[in-house]
Amino acid sequence: MLQIMEGSHAVAEAAKLCRPEVVSAYPITPQTHIVERLAEMVADGELDAEYMCVESELSALSVCLGASATGSRVYSATSSQGLMLMAEVVFNVAGMRQPIVMSIVNRALGAPLSIWNDQQDSISLRDSGWFQLYGEDVQEMTDQHFIAYKAAEQHDVLLPGFVCFDGFILSHTYEPVDIPTQEEIDAFLPPYVPYNKLDAKAPLSMGMYATPDYYMEFRYETDQAMKRAGDAISAAGREFGEMFGRDYSAHTESYRMDDADVAFVALGSICGTVKDAIDEMRADGIKAGLVKIRTFRPFPAEEIAQALAGVPKVAVLEKNISVGSAMKGAVGPEVKDAVTGTGIDVYSYVIGLGGRDIRKKDIRAVAALAEKGVGNMFYGLRTEVL
Amino acid sequence: MVDKSLELFDCGHRACGGCGPAMLARFILKGTGEDVIVVASTGCMEVFSTPYPETAWKVPWIHSLFENAAAVASGIEASLKHNNRTEKVVCICGDGATFDIGMLCISGAFERGHDITYICYDNEAYMNTGIQRSGATPYDASTTTSPAGRMSMGNSRPKKDLPQILNAHGATYVATASVAYPMDVMKKVEKAVNTPGATYLQVHAPCSTGWGFDGSKTIEIGKQAIECGLWVNYEMENGELTKAKKVRRVPVDGYLKAQKRFRHLFKPQPVTEEIAKIQAIADANAAKYGIDINLNK
Repeated sequence: MLQIMEGSHAVAEAAKLCRPEVVSAYPITPQTHIVERLAEMVADGELDAEYMCVESELSALSVCLGASATGSRVYSATSSQGLMLMAEVVFNVAGMRQPIVMSIVNRALGAPLSIWNDQQDSISLRDSGWFQLYGEDVQEMTDQHFIAYKAAEQHDVLLPGFVCFDGFILSHTYEPVDIPTQEEIDAFLPPYVPYNKLDAKAPLSMGMYATPDYYMEFRYETDQAMKRAGDAISAAGREFGEMFGRDYSAHTESYRMDDADVAFVALGSICGTVKDAIDEMRADGIKAGLVKIRTFRPFPAEEIAQALAGVPKVAVLEKNISVGSAMKGAVGPEVKDAVTGTGIDVYSYVIGLGGRDIRKKDIRAVAALAEKGVGNMFYGLRTEVL
Repeated sequence: MVDKSLELFDCGHRACGGCGPAMLARFILKGTGEDVIVVASTGCMEVFSTPYPETAWKVPWIHSLFENAAAVASGIEASLKHNNRTEKVVCICGDGATFDIGMLCISGAFERGHDITYICYDNEAYMNTGIQRSGATPYDASTTTSPAGRMSMGNSRPKKDLPQILNAHGATYVATASVAYPMDVMKKVEKAVNTPGATYLQVHAPCSTGWGFDGSKTIEIGKQAIECGLWVNYEMENGELTKAKKVRRVPVDGYLKAQKRFRHLFKPQPVTEEIAKIQAIADANAAKYGIDINLNK
């Protein structure tokens, strides 16, 4: 049944339905409505979890790590500076192979301080060993939480995952959303069965140090697990589709890609605007299409190459900047790598940083730049203030 | 009751000969018993006891990072509580992890009042990285980042009073101990883990490598620290000082002279005004905790 809900509240409902035993978070805009709602659920007895208010994001994720290592399913959410303060723990959790799911309400990084949206925070941690899912709308980002837990907890995966969605644009927007029932989610997501855990009855040591004789193999195994995470996400997405009618078996979604002359590649809420712009462009005779990336880690290179096959020009819309890199954005080089040798031209466009609005006419302007072979640039700069 | 015969910290680890923290690990686990989960910070003890794929720990043990043991322990406690499990949660962390980089997480955990015990093995500097000063390094100690020199008498600040800081957080039990008195350590550990709420134990753990003394003298050095009043063994329960070990105090000179980290105070000639300042620290400790045995009474 569809209900009109704020994005953050839908995510809180999703988190609750996954039955976390420990929830720990530190408030940061624009993540706050999620953790406030979860606190209410615990206070009202709707959610039987230990809800821990901590003194920093560093502790929020450390608490989750400890609880996860003890055998509990856990949940946290953060944004921006909070994720950066957690960064050391983020890498640690992946190395310790704890299947923690955390919502990332995407927000720009300071300085200068900005509470508004871009995706610099999660993209910056792309090498940490967490899989990364990006939602386009409230329904998708809600559903991705169920899929994330299911995939993360597979014993051949055991990796943590981010579910990322754009701050304010999605977190604070009311949309119609179908929230599954507890019975339905219980059927989809069984109780967490840890591969191993801290237990006085069966002592083991976790988080030991590794000499050069062993360290590389740990990293290799994490990378192998990430590859399997892709399959697990796909399998969970398919099963979810069979149960709920919304299929997420693909890591990408193609929109009007047949016979496209120019294709956009993008992540998150911008895809809605892009789809509308494409409809307009098509009506005007411009053959444009979109490949939406839903799973950014593991990077679905093969799927992207297939989706982009035969398209002459590709414009990657980047809500991030890899300062000093040749293409400017961090996603572009991976897309380019996916289609290497095919003759497809791939350009990055850094757009919408720090909450700068992205309109349909901007999308059309980017397409025109790509057609002309102009790219790897910031789009939409206010040159008068430079 | 403490089972002294219980051996839960195995031999074969990589600690230096005469390592105070290594002895302490053994004593701590005799105090906790088997129903425990240990949380370590990055540091000497973590490194010497768990080189993958070997471990010296016969109890469940976890290490995450340098600064977050108290937060990891909070999460463990929450999970145990949710599942009605009985294990005690005990952090065992060095002074750098405790006095300096871990303060945020410790403060949070103690304010929240988790049922955990945090034990600091205090060897008074960052030994794992090569003897750099920490907030626990005593006044005038020469370390690799507070070296004595023509313009320096070593560490320029006195030791941070961390037990009082945690006492001010409302810790139900705060105590100090020394590796030199194993039974006292075991009893205090047992008391700490069986006292509900967040409890703190700070244990003086002499480091022969970092302090500069022969590895056979660890216990002797520990005793000397107490006998001169530079280390005081005491207990605080629910905010009140309930016990302090009394001594017939001797001057600090003997304790200082026995360690290379204070050698600059005596060679080429005694720096009497600096030694007097250290004596004043011991005198202040004695007055604060009432440790002097008064033979005239």
